[in-house]
Amino acid sequence: MVEVRLFAGLRKGRQKVYQMESASVKTVKDIMDALDIEVKEVNILLINGFHQKPETEVKDGDVVSLFPAVGGG
Amino acid sequence: MANAYYEKIARVNLTTGEITVEALDVEVAKKYIGGRGLGTKIAYDEGCATSDPLGEGNKLIYITGPLTGAAAPSSGRYMVVTKSPLTGMIACSNSGGKWGAKLKYAGWDAIIVEGMSETWKYLNIVDDKIELLDADEYLGMFSEELDDKLKEKHGKEASVLSIGIAGEKQVLMAAIMNDKDRAAGRSGVGAVMGSKKLKGIVVKATRTNPNDVIASEEALKAANKEVMVNIRENGLTGGGLRALGTASLVNVINSVGSLPTKNWQESYYEKAEDVSGEALAEKFLVKASACHRCPIACGRVVKVDDKVVGGPEYEPLWAYGANMGNSDLAAINKANMLCNEYGLDAISVPCTIAAAMELYEKGAIKEEECAGVPLVWGSTEALIEWTKRIGNPETELDWLMSSGSARLCEHYGMPEVSMSVKKQEMPAYDARGVQGIGITYATSNRGGCHVRGYTIAPEVVGLPVQLDRTVTNEKAFWAKTFQDLTAVIDSMGLCLFTSFALGAPEYTKLINAACGTEYTPEEVLLLGERIYNIERLFNKAAGMKPEDDRLPKRLLEEPVKEGPSKGMTSKLNVTLPEYYKERGWVDAFPTDETLERLGLGEYIGR
Ligand code: SF4
Repeated sequence: MVEVRLFAGLRKGRQKVYQMESASVKTVKDIMDALDIEVKEVNILLINGFHQKPETEVKDGDVVSLFPAVGGG
Repeated sequence: MANAYYEKIARVNLTTGEITVEALDVEVAKKYIGGRGLGTKIAYDEGCATSDPLGEGNKLIYITGPLTGAAAPSSGRYMVVTKSPLTGMIACSNSGGKWGAKLKYAGWDAIIVEGMSETWKYLNIVDDKIELLDADEYLGMFSEELDDKLKEKHGKEASVLSIGIAGEKQVLMAAIMNDKDRAAGRSGVGAVMGSKKLKGIVVKATRTNPNDVIASEEALKAANKEVMVNIRENGLTGGGLRALGTASLVNVINSVGSLPTKNWQESYYEKAEDVSGEALAEKFLVKASACHRCPIACGRVVKVDDKVVGGPEYEPLWAYGANMGNSDLAAINKANMLCNEYGLDAISVPCTIAAAMELYEKGAIKEEECAGVPLVWGSTEALIEWTKRIGNPETELDWLMSSGSARLCEHYGMPEVSMSVKKQEMPAYDARGVQGIGITYATSNRGGCHVRGYTIAPEVVGLPVQLDRTVTNEKAFWAKTFQDLTAVIDSMGLCLFTSFALGAPEYTKLINAACGTEYTPEEVLLLGERIYNIERLFNKAAGMKPEDDRLPKRLLEEPVKEGPSKGMTSKLNVTLPEYYKERGWVDAFPTDETLERLGLGEYIGR
């Protein structure tokens, strides 16, 4: 399983967390497609707490976190 | 020629009650931009560095920048420059709201307050008239009530700056409040006001813009139009901050395993979601709010019981949340409101309570010292009650707590429990999993602080580019560049948050249009570097030692226990020498050559 966590505005019309079969998604982009999230909507993309790209492959047990434009200080 | 300054400074001597008007030295102002830069130059030259911060020799400089209140995004900023009683070094606390813009519209570049009054006073400024009035009847009031009362007296168009009970009592973490819930929060600037018995400054202005001193209104309008495109098109400044405020960072920083938890003993908080920006928006948010002329609107307005008040930023949300092991959001909102009411730094105060909770856990603070409210992790009663006690100290432990975590932990023989730099508490980003921010903390001239070089932007948020947060490469360069650019933005009188969308070229356009200068972006960054260096010279004169550029031992020696940054420590031993090299400093201070290069030759040998 891959756990997908969505934050801030990406939660609109979606769940906060999804569990996805790792066999059904190869990359983060596949996850985003499945959830109907466009690449330009995502500002911070993490796998297990480290910055990655949409084309990065995911594997069983990964936690994928997607954020839109958030920040401050 | 118009140059964006009113070329007028008021000097108020509280010992004699005398108020004089001085001409601004425009050449000097240009060399240091204004605000933070010029304020520090004045503070240094007038001997604040070697003064007792709570004594007669220290001065308070309330200062605007050339762009304060002007047609530029988020231009409502003013700064308070003085010697900090918390750190014993330079203090420059920056605030938004409306007050700073009104001071500028009243025709003042700066107000310098010196000496000490025997009885409580406040200043009333109406355009070019300034009078000193008795403040006795306003003592002991909360900021909001005081704001209302002073407006009743001086008119609702007035803007009020004041200290709360904490400032009156010279609490070392006392803030200066303006417009009810905006704060020049850090480094204990409110205590300096308290030591002088100055309760507040009320400002009214007939002008509604500073266009009469702008070099070219047309050029500024064009520059503003241009930079506003960047502000609008950037996801963060164009909507992200309005939607969730800075509080959106709770989940981001936790997700990268860098949310300090239980006084930095851990770096990942299981219950972060409960105290996140998302939860705040869902459960408590009434609306977003904005400072003067700000299109970004990061401010929060929330409900606390039946009141509608200013809501917490990311920092207090973290400090009263994860850092205390507390997941009760309603309690955080309330504690944040109390900080505003008492006039307290909503970063240092909760961080000190968190340090006290660790001291209590370790058995250093005993239950019998706690006057009925033990300092237990996650206790909402403790975080609320101890905030009130710090704001209005009575018992011995109250007073110790109100002097900040460094003095508190030192007292109990456990200095390493204080998560501070130069005696000021560090904010909400664990420097073990994010290498660049550790340089900012260690070398910040005002002690533990994130807004003196916010490398979190590239290291976590991906602005302007995404860096690998875990490596040390090039972080010294980034820290220095951000520090210098921040010094420029502060000194101009703009909000730092504009820098998510703007860079040196855009700020240069705004300065040139407003001041009639012809700087290149490189020259503007050099001004920032000059400012950073004169702050360092102030600290040197104040007695700073090379070993003050440090991080708490915990960050260097105790690897992160759990979460995405597990196993990491700060590599400051690698980055600090690189940083000094970037700066042209040896043993924490600029070399003569560096001072010459920066046009600070007059300070060689001092
Ligand atoms: S971005 Fe936030 S803090 Fe900055 S001026 Fe705007 S509302 Fe105030």
